[in-house]
Amino acid sequence: MKAPLSWLKDYVDIDVSAQELEEKLFSCGFEVEELIDVGRDISGVCVGEVTECEPIEGTHLHVCKVDCGDRGVFQICCGADNVEKGIKAPVALEGATVYATAKDHVTIEGVMTIKKGKLRGMLSEGMLCSGAELGVSGDMFEGADYNGLLVLPPSCSNGEDVKPLLGLDDYIFDISVTANRPDCQSILGIAREVAAVLGKPLKEPDYSFRTVKSDRKIKVTVTAPELCPRYIAHYVKDIKIAPSPMWMRRRLALCGLRSINNVVDITNFVLLEMGQPMHAFDLDTIEGSEIVVRRAEDGEKITTLDEKTFTLTHDNLVICDGSRPAALAGIMGGLNTEIKDTTKEVLFEAAKFARDSVRKTSRSLGQHSDSSAIFEKGTNEYTTERAAKRALHLIDALGCGTVTDACCDVKTPYSDTTEKHMTVSPEKIDALLGIEVPVSTMKDILRRLNFGVESRDGMLELTLPRYRDDLFAYPDIAEEIIRMYGYDHIGSTFMPTGTITNGGYSESQRAVNRLKALLVEEGLYEVSCYSFYSERDLDMLHIPEGAPERQYIRVLNPISEELSVMRTFLAPSMVNVMLRNLKRGNFEGAAFELAKVYIAEKLPLENFPDERLHLVMGTWGSDDFFALKGICENIADGLNTKFEYVPAVRPFLHPGKTAEIVCDGEKVGYIGCLDPAVLEEIAAERPMVLAEFDYELLKKHAKPFRYTPMPKFAEVQRDLALIADADVTCGAIEKEIKGACRYVSDVKLFDIYSGNQIESGKKSMAFTLTFTPKDEAFTGEKIDGFIKKILSNLKFRLGVKLR
Amino acid sequence: MEEKTPDLAGIEKEIELATEAADTSESLRAVRMGYLGKGGKIPSLMKSLKDVAPDMRPAFGKAVNGLRERAEELFAAAEAKLRSKEMQARYERERIDVTLPGRQRKKGAYHPDTLIIDELVSVFAGMGFEIYEGREIETDYYNFTALNTPKDHPARDMQDTFYLGADFLLRTQTSAGQVHVMESKQPPIKILSPGKVYRPDDDATHSPMFSQMEGLVVDRGITLCDLKGMLDEFAKKVFGGNVKTRLRPSYFPFTEPSVEVDVSCFECGGKGCKLCKGTGWIEVLGAGMVNRAVLKNCGIDPDEYTGFAFGMGIERIAMLKYGINNMKLLFEGDVCFSKQFRA
Repeated sequence: MKAPLSWLKDYVDIDVSAQELEEKLFSCGFEVEELIDVGRDISGVCVGEVTECEPIEGTHLHVCKVDCGDRGVFQICCGADNVEKGIKAPVALEGATVYATAKDHVTIEGVMTIKKGKLRGMLSEGMLCSGAELGVSGDMFEGADYNGLLVLPPSCSNGEDVKPLLGLDDYIFDISVTANRPDCQSILGIAREVAAVLGKPLKEPDYSFRTVKSDRKIKVTVTAPELCPRYIAHYVKDIKIAPSPMWMRRRLALCGLRSINNVVDITNFVLLEMGQPMHAFDLDTIEGSEIVVRRAEDGEKITTLDEKTFTLTHDNLVICDGSRPAALAGIMGGLNTEIKDTTKEVLFEAAKFARDSVRKTSRSLGQHSDSSAIFEKGTNEYTTERAAKRALHLIDALGCGTVTDACCDVKTPYSDTTEKHMTVSPEKIDALLGIEVPVSTMKDILRRLNFGVESRDGMLELTLPRYRDDLFAYPDIAEEIIRMYGYDHIGSTFMPTGTITNGGYSESQRAVNRLKALLVEEGLYEVSCYSFYSERDLDMLHIPEGAPERQYIRVLNPISEELSVMRTFLAPSMVNVMLRNLKRGNFEGAAFELAKVYIAEKLPLENFPDERLHLVMGTWGSDDFFALKGICENIADGLNTKFEYVPAVRPFLHPGKTAEIVCDGEKVGYIGCLDPAVLEEIAAERPMVLAEFDYELLKKHAKPFRYTPMPKFAEVQRDLALIADADVTCGAIEKEIKGACRYVSDVKLFDIYSGNQIESGKKSMAFTLTFTPKDEAFTGEKIDGFIKKILSNLKFRLGVKLR
Repeated sequence: MEEKTPDLAGIEKEIELATEAADTSESLRAVRMGYLGKGGKIPSLMKSLKDVAPDMRPAFGKAVNGLRERAEELFAAAEAKLRSKEMQARYERERIDVTLPGRQRKKGAYHPDTLIIDELVSVFAGMGFEIYEGREIETDYYNFTALNTPKDHPARDMQDTFYLGADFLLRTQTSAGQVHVMESKQPPIKILSPGKVYRPDDDATHSPMFSQMEGLVVDRGITLCDLKGMLDEFAKKVFGGNVKTRLRPSYFPFTEPSVEVDVSCFECGGKGCKLCKGTGWIEVLGAGMVNRAVLKNCGIDPDEYTGFAFGMGIERIAMLKYGINNMKLLFEGDVCFSKQFRA
């Protein structure tokens, strides 16, 4: 929201600097995103009168003597075609700063500092300036768009600073207005806040106008009152289309709007000043002088002022004449009813449209305007009424036309113009804020904010400002008070009335933290990837059609295809992390991510999906399967449980290097080397190993730690060298050994070999067995007995022999 | 019977010389055996006691014992000296170059978000906040309606929210969890809720997924000053002891009054620098007193209880604290980035 200081001064006597006002607005809830100094780049430019002007032969230049009052008389060479003796123009003397323009003398290319110099051998002590060189357009100052000197009125005095004269001493506040204050989307709205914060009275604009009796009847019908609670149409005749006066053009220009003509400018001016979008229809193009506000029919078409044609639906509100749409309600007028230079009769519209309706239409058609921006934030009927009057005042005062008494003001059942009241307790306000604000101060603040305030039985009976739709309960009033009283009055307390509570992580949250700590200790880096990926990521990992991983929840409005479906497992993200690292020259590493996957019970979603925490780990470069398996083993240790590894197949993993991870008979995850075919396809030059756990399943297998008395008798260790068929797994042998003797507490492989000394198709494996006695020490004979039993079982069940 | 008085002084002298001459523990042990071992000179003298005239025996016995004690001393001293010499030699032999590189077992590192969340949790856990982790996929009701975001509020538009179905969406704020908590229990409520949230933005300071930390207190007599007191504590612990907080008016549908909370710039101490864009203040979070409508929606009597809520962006805090200039870095998983956060 842009508010020029000069404009605000129309309504409030501002006696502080722009910077001070910025601070004050900030403290009461209006952050000034940018304080624009309109003439920031212009300095040292004064009024000069050309007292002599001689052409320099053979050039288009003139050498002039310029009288700059107290500053002296200077010789200046000038190439403008309108330089002549007797005119007054802005003079940039040595050291002055002005805009440098391109060859066209219009396009600004930067800021330059004026130096004395010679032009065609003639001394030039400064520069006579054009409007463009001072950043002043024709809308800012009459005649400033002439491509030559900016001719100043004879009344200004030589040597006078041109900045006030040209309006370059102005500031524009670019204010961020919060969504609860649509009433401040206007110069008047901001002025009300300025008046309140400075404690000054507000000078209301003039709403008065004269009318003549109308010879034409106006009819308005609203058939969609839920989308248009209020519609005011007023008939103005004898329109004289002309340029707007300078003061109005300048205000529009300061706010970034181009002047069109007096009638259109008035609607724009009122939009800026009052925050109420208006529209002017050429009444002669309105069939039957009749306005119907209705929902569009499906497939109905409209061409707007900017010559774009839209096909509408029943959700779009249109303003129609007797037969066809004449405007897209609240967004833009139709081309067919546009104001032209020949327009004689105008119908002014001031209406309140439902904000979500305007927003939905604006978004769905991709058609936005200053008007729709305001309606989307919400408008107020009190303002609608006053804006209509203000526009008619301007029509009348500027002589643009004759205001008639033909007015149609439709108040639908959705219209609400009642005065609102609220009774609040100052004690409750104090109790919420935690400080004591004197009641007299509260009353003063509220009155400054245009509340009607009466005290009764210790309560404040308030009449709410008519333009405020954001006040519902006493905390809203507390906020009004504290933002004006000052948040620096809020002290620091520590919940003296609060109940003491015990805080911190829950046990299950601590378990997650311990897991992360373990992985970090193991050398893994924690990463965080987006919760959404792409179907292409699933293709990358050869996930077949119909696989559970493809039962994903789709984002209906993704920002890109890469981020369009919710993750059902984490492996694709980890593979992408590893690939990204390889591409950036990080040739080895290890990473993990603990994040949710989203499993839909049914698609499209009918119930909350299952959000399951998964753990994925990935290593790339030199680490092999067993390095990552070792980390998995440490995870098992950390949960005080054991994992089994069952050879398995996954579409993206090497079929000979993949295992299902099983805990207490339940599959809790997988581990494996990425399929070399996938590696090739993604051009990864180093191997990758992946493991992924469903943490929700895994955590159920955690066992509490319990102390087992230490063995009373010494443990005994024996080594066994075995010969087994190549396809007999280590896991099977370990299981068999443990099954054969209940005293075996540990079986550890310490050597594996196949080659020269071993029969082909066989392998040699050496294990250390630990026997833990229970009730008595083991003798050598007893251990020999165990070994015998173990070997016989191994031979019988697995064909494994002693080497 | 032949009377012969052994020369005890001579033996002592002998021992002195022999212990001095021994240059290894081995040779010293051999010498010792010769004098103190079984059948050594001194035990032999003791055996000869019976041959000494009875009247001389006490004096002789005492003298031999004196010699034994003296001999023990001499051997002990010699042994200590030798051991010290030998150890010195060993130390020299085993000397290493302590400036050679250490064998480091490389640790990994936590994600910066984890570090910040953990730091925040430890600050607020001390103040009695429990950690609540809410759902990421929410319904329209929990993310908006219950939080007093009216149906025609711009924040509900497709522009600002990822939708997953007619009623389901990715939560845009951790505040959505507030409602679940307040529905499930009556005050006192003091929760801290970290988690991922989603908004369709993507640039250097916005990411379609980011993390927030929500705090909520609902109890009797909770005031805006209590919010300020708690935020002061937070700012001091997280950004440093000299950091001050500033409240300024703002708007959120679910709080009233609503405030933006700035901390004095910890880089320049408030004088104005690049980090704080010359203002001396850095915006860190949004907060306010829980809106009565929200309490009512959750079945809590707003006339009996009041409360405050605050929400901050974890990545924003991480970026401020660690000087990270692009939010994207946090979601790329580049180990060169991760390495810098070994804690």
